[in-house]
Amino acid sequence: MSKVDWILDKYSARVYKNRKLHIIEKTEDNHEISANTRTIPGIMTNRGCCYAGCKGVVLGPIKDVAIITHGPIGCGFYSWGTRRNKARGDKNTKNFVEYCFSTDMQEPDIVFGGEKKLKQAIKEVVEIFDPDAIMICATCPVGLIGDDIHAVAAEAEKLYNRKVVAFSCEGYKGVSQSGGHHIANNGLMRHIIGTGDRAPTKYSINILGEYNIGGDAWEVERILKRIGYDIVVNIPGDSSIHEIENAHIAHLNLVQCHRSINYVADMLRDKYGTSWLKVNFIGVSSTVKSLRDIARYFNDPELTARTEEVIAEELAAIHDEMEYYKSKLKGKTAALFVGGSRSHHYQKLLKDFGVETIMAGYEFAHRDDYEGREVLPFIKEDADSKNIESLRIEKDERRYRLYLSEEQYEKLRQEIPLDYYEGMIKDMEKGTIIIDDMNHFETEEIIRILKPDIFFSGIKDKYVIQKAGILSRQLHSYDYSGPYAGFNGAVNFGRDVLMGLTTPAWGLVKAPWKNSPMIEGHLQEVV
Amino acid sequence: MLDLTPKEITERTALRINPAKTCQPVGAMYAALGVHRCMPHSHGSRGCCSYHRTFLTRHFKDPAIASSSSFTEGASVFGGGSNLKTAVRNIFDIYKPDIIAVHTTCLSETIGDDVGAFIQDMDIEEGKYVVNCHTPSYVGSHITGYGNMIAGFIKYLSRSTGRKHDRLNIIPGFVNPGDMREIKRILDLMSIPFIMLPDTSGVLDAPMLGRYTMYPPGGTRIDDIIAMGDSPLTLALGELTCEDPANELKRKCGVDYKLLPLPMGIGATDQFIMALSNFSGHEVPYALEEERGQLIDILLDSHPYFHGKSVAIYGDPDTVLGITGLVLEMGMIPKYVITGTPGEAFTEKAQELFSKFGVTGCTAKAFSDLFELHQWIKNDRVDLLIGGSYGKQIAKAEDIPLVRAGFPILDRYVHSYMPLVGYRGAMRLVEMILNTLMDRQDRGCADEDLELVM
Repeated sequence: MSKVDWILDKYSARVYKNRKLHIIEKTEDNHEISANTRTIPGIMTNRGCCYAGCKGVVLGPIKDVAIITHGPIGCGFYSWGTRRNKARGDKNTKNFVEYCFSTDMQEPDIVFGGEKKLKQAIKEVVEIFDPDAIMICATCPVGLIGDDIHAVAAEAEKLYNRKVVAFSCEGYKGVSQSGGHHIANNGLMRHIIGTGDRAPTKYSINILGEYNIGGDAWEVERILKRIGYDIVVNIPGDSSIHEIENAHIAHLNLVQCHRSINYVADMLRDKYGTSWLKVNFIGVSSTVKSLRDIARYFNDPELTARTEEVIAEELAAIHDEMEYYKSKLKGKTAALFVGGSRSHHYQKLLKDFGVETIMAGYEFAHRDDYEGREVLPFIKEDADSKNIESLRIEKDERRYRLYLSEEQYEKLRQEIPLDYYEGMIKDMEKGTIIIDDMNHFETEEIIRILKPDIFFSGIKDKYVIQKAGILSRQLHSYDYSGPYAGFNGAVNFGRDVLMGLTTPAWGLVKAPWKNSPMIEGHLQEVV
Repeated sequence: MLDLTPKEITERTALRINPAKTCQPVGAMYAALGVHRCMPHSHGSRGCCSYHRTFLTRHFKDPAIASSSSFTEGASVFGGGSNLKTAVRNIFDIYKPDIIAVHTTCLSETIGDDVGAFIQDMDIEEGKYVVNCHTPSYVGSHITGYGNMIAGFIKYLSRSTGRKHDRLNIIPGFVNPGDMREIKRILDLMSIPFIMLPDTSGVLDAPMLGRYTMYPPGGTRIDDIIAMGDSPLTLALGELTCEDPANELKRKCGVDYKLLPLPMGIGATDQFIMALSNFSGHEVPYALEEERGQLIDILLDSHPYFHGKSVAIYGDPDTVLGITGLVLEMGMIPKYVITGTPGEAFTEKAQELFSKFGVTGCTAKAFSDLFELHQWIKNDRVDLLIGGSYGKQIAKAEDIPLVRAGFPILDRYVHSYMPLVGYRGAMRLVEMILNTLMDRQDRGCADEDLELVM
C-alpha cells in the first residue's frame, strides 16, 4: 500500500471518498488537490470560523481601532489577547490590542434584535475611549436575527464623525477562517485604503499579511529599514489605521501570507496599479532571496549595493549560531500543519538547518496556495465560496500609476515572483505527503506511519503529538517565543527546536521498573 | 499596559469590556470530558469548537478532544439535522467513543434546532449513547453550560430501579482535575463509597507515558451515571453551579440533594466534612483533623504577613465565593469581589460572608467585568489580586501582585494538577498568597530592611 492508502485505510467509504481528494503523495510538480471545501461533520478538524479569520486574524492586530464584537460573549473573549500579534502604542497612537469589546448579547437582544444595544455600545466606546475609528464584527446570531450592522455603522459614522466600519463575518459563512480573511480584506479596501494623503517617497513599500506574531514584523522592518526602504504600512501587524489609509501610495507591495491578504494585494494592483511581490521572510536563504528580489524590482545600483551590504553583515552576525544549530539538527525530519502559508514558509527555514520536511498541509488554504496561482482560472466556485463577496474593483484614474514599463514588467516577471505565487507543492520533494484540512485521526496516522522527529502544528494537537513521544512546536503562537522571521528569528527558531529535542525529560519518560525486573530473589544455602 | 482605562467611572449599559466570563458551550465541553470514553460534540460552526478546545488546552496543557457539526451557511438556513446525523455516524466510526455528548451553540439555538428530536431519530448501536443539552451562549456563562451538560447526562442516563445502593453522588463545581482528586481523597479518608459526575481527573491531567490515548483512564463511567438514580443522596458542591443537575436527578429519580458551597477555605470545607460525616454516620478520621489543624497552625504562624491586607477577587461565582471565605478567615479584606456570570445570588452570598466576618466597605458584583474592577482599583487600590490570567494586565498596569487561582490560567503550569479545595487546597492557596506577598516585601524593601528570618 502507498503511504496515502495507509492513512486512508480505516475510513468508511463515504469519508474515504472525500478525504482521498485532500491527501496526495508528491510524484510530480502538477498535482491537483481538493481544498477550501466543507469539512465533513463529526471530523475533528483544526479549522476555525469566518469571525476568527476576520476579527481574530486580519483586523485584530490593527492597534488604534476599537473593534466591537457584536454577539454573545464567547467570540470576543476567545479572540482577546491570545494570538500574540504584538503592538506598541505611543502618545499619538492608542493601543486597543490589550482590550476586548463586546455587546455581550443576552436573550432579549436575540429575541428583539441587537441593534439598539450595538448603538449604545458604540456610544459608550466613543465616550470612554474616543478611538480614531471603530469596527464592528458580527457573530453567528447577528446575521440570523437580521441586525443591520452596516446601517448602524453608517449612522454612527455621521454621528461621531469618525470611521465606523461593519464586517458581516458571521461564523457560519464559508468553510473555514478563510472567508473571514476575504471579508476583512474587502472592508479594508472599500472603507480605509486610499483615504490617506501621504506623499510617496523613493523606495516606499507595504508589507502585506505579516501579523507580528512574537515580533516577526519588527524583525522584518528592522532589516528593510537598514537597507533604506520606507515602509508605508505593514498590514496588519502593529499597524495604525492611519497608516493603512495610505497603503495606496507604495511603489510595491510585499506579500508575506498569500492566503489571508492576496485580495488586498490584487485589489491594490487593479485600482492603483501597484504590483505585489511574493516574499518569504521566514528562513535565512528565503529572506536573502526576498531582499534581492525587492532590490531587482527597484533596480537602483545604490539600493542593490546596500542590500548586499546588509545581507553580508546580517549573515556574518548569525553565522556561528546558525552553523551550531545546523550541526545539531541536520538530518532530522519534520511534519508541518499550519494555516495557509506557514507550512510552506517554514520548510525553507527548516532546510537552512538541514531538516527535511516529509509532510505538510494547510488548515484553510485554497488550491492556489498548493498548486500556484496558475490554477485560479480553473477553480470552480461552489455554494460556500459564492457566499463570500468578491469586490469589483475599478481603476482609480487619478491615482493609477505603473512603476515599471510594460516591457520591464514582463521581463521581470520571468525572474521574480511578481503578482505571482508558485504554491507549496512545487517546492516539496518527491515522496513527501501533502494533506489539506488534516484532522485528528490523520495526525495520529502520520505519527504512526511517517514518525517525524518534529511535528509543527497548533495548540489543539500539540499535546496529542507530545504524548505520543514526538516534539511538537506550535507554529501559530511559536510556543510564546519568537520572533522567528528574518535573520535573528532564524537563530531563535534553531535554539527553540534544539531545546525541545534535547530537554532531559524525554529521557525520563520510561520508569526504571518498566525496563528491569523488580522482584529480587536471594539464594540461600540449605544445610 | 491598559493605558486607555480612565479612572473616572461612567455607567455602561451595553458595552462589555474585558470580560470575566465566557460562553456556555465551553463549560459543557469541559463537563463532557469528565465522562469516560465520551466525545464532546459542538452543534454549530467549526469556530466555536475550535475556540473551546483551544481555551481548554491552553488551561490544562493537555489534549481536549471534541468534534463539530461543521455548519456552513446552508445548514444555518435549512437546519443542522443532517449535519448532526452525519457527525454522529462519523464520530462512532472513526473515534469510537462509548458516548457522544452534544451541546448547542448560539447558531443552532438561534435557528431553533431540536437536537433532542434529532437524536431520537437516530439509529444508535446497542451500548452506545448520544446525549444532549442546550447551551445558548447568550444566556448565563460557561458555568451555566457546565451545569447544563451534567444535567443532560443525568436526564438521558440516570435510572431509578427502586433498589438503592449506598454510594453517595458528588457533583463537583467547575474546578480543576486536581480539585476533583482532592475531593475523592477526602471521600476515601471518610470511607464513603461514591459516584462523582463529572470527573476530569485522569483525563485533563493525564500523565506522559510515551503513547497517546484518545480516551485516558479517567472520567465517570456510564454505568455509574445510570446508577446515580439509585443513590441515597447527592452532594452538590457549588451553590451557584450545581443546583440544576442535582435538581434534575431529584426530579427524575427522586434522589435528595444537599447544596453546599464549594469546599474552599476552612468553613466551607468543614461544612463538606460534616455533611459527609452526617451521611455516613462515621466520625471524622484523625487524618482530616490533622490536616485541618495543620492549616490553622499555618494561619497562626504566618498571620502578620497577610492580616488586614486588601484583596480583589475575580472569576467564577463559586470559586470567587470560596476564595473570599478563605481570605476572610485569614483576616484579609476582600475589598472587591466580582464575577462575570450573571445572577444576584452571587452578590447576596458575598454580602453574607462580609457580614459574617464583620468587614465593611467591601463591594461584590455579578455580571461585572475586569474593566470595571480595574477602574475601582484605580480609585482605591488593593494589596493583592486573586483570579485567572487576564488579571495580569491589571496587575502589571497597577503594579499589584497577583495570585493565580481559578479559570482560565493560560500563562502558568502545574495549577490544574493541584487542589484549591479541602484543607490541603486551602493550605496551598495560603502558601501562594504568602509567597506572593512576602516576595513582594523582599523585592521592594530597603537593603537594611531585608529580613532573613520572617
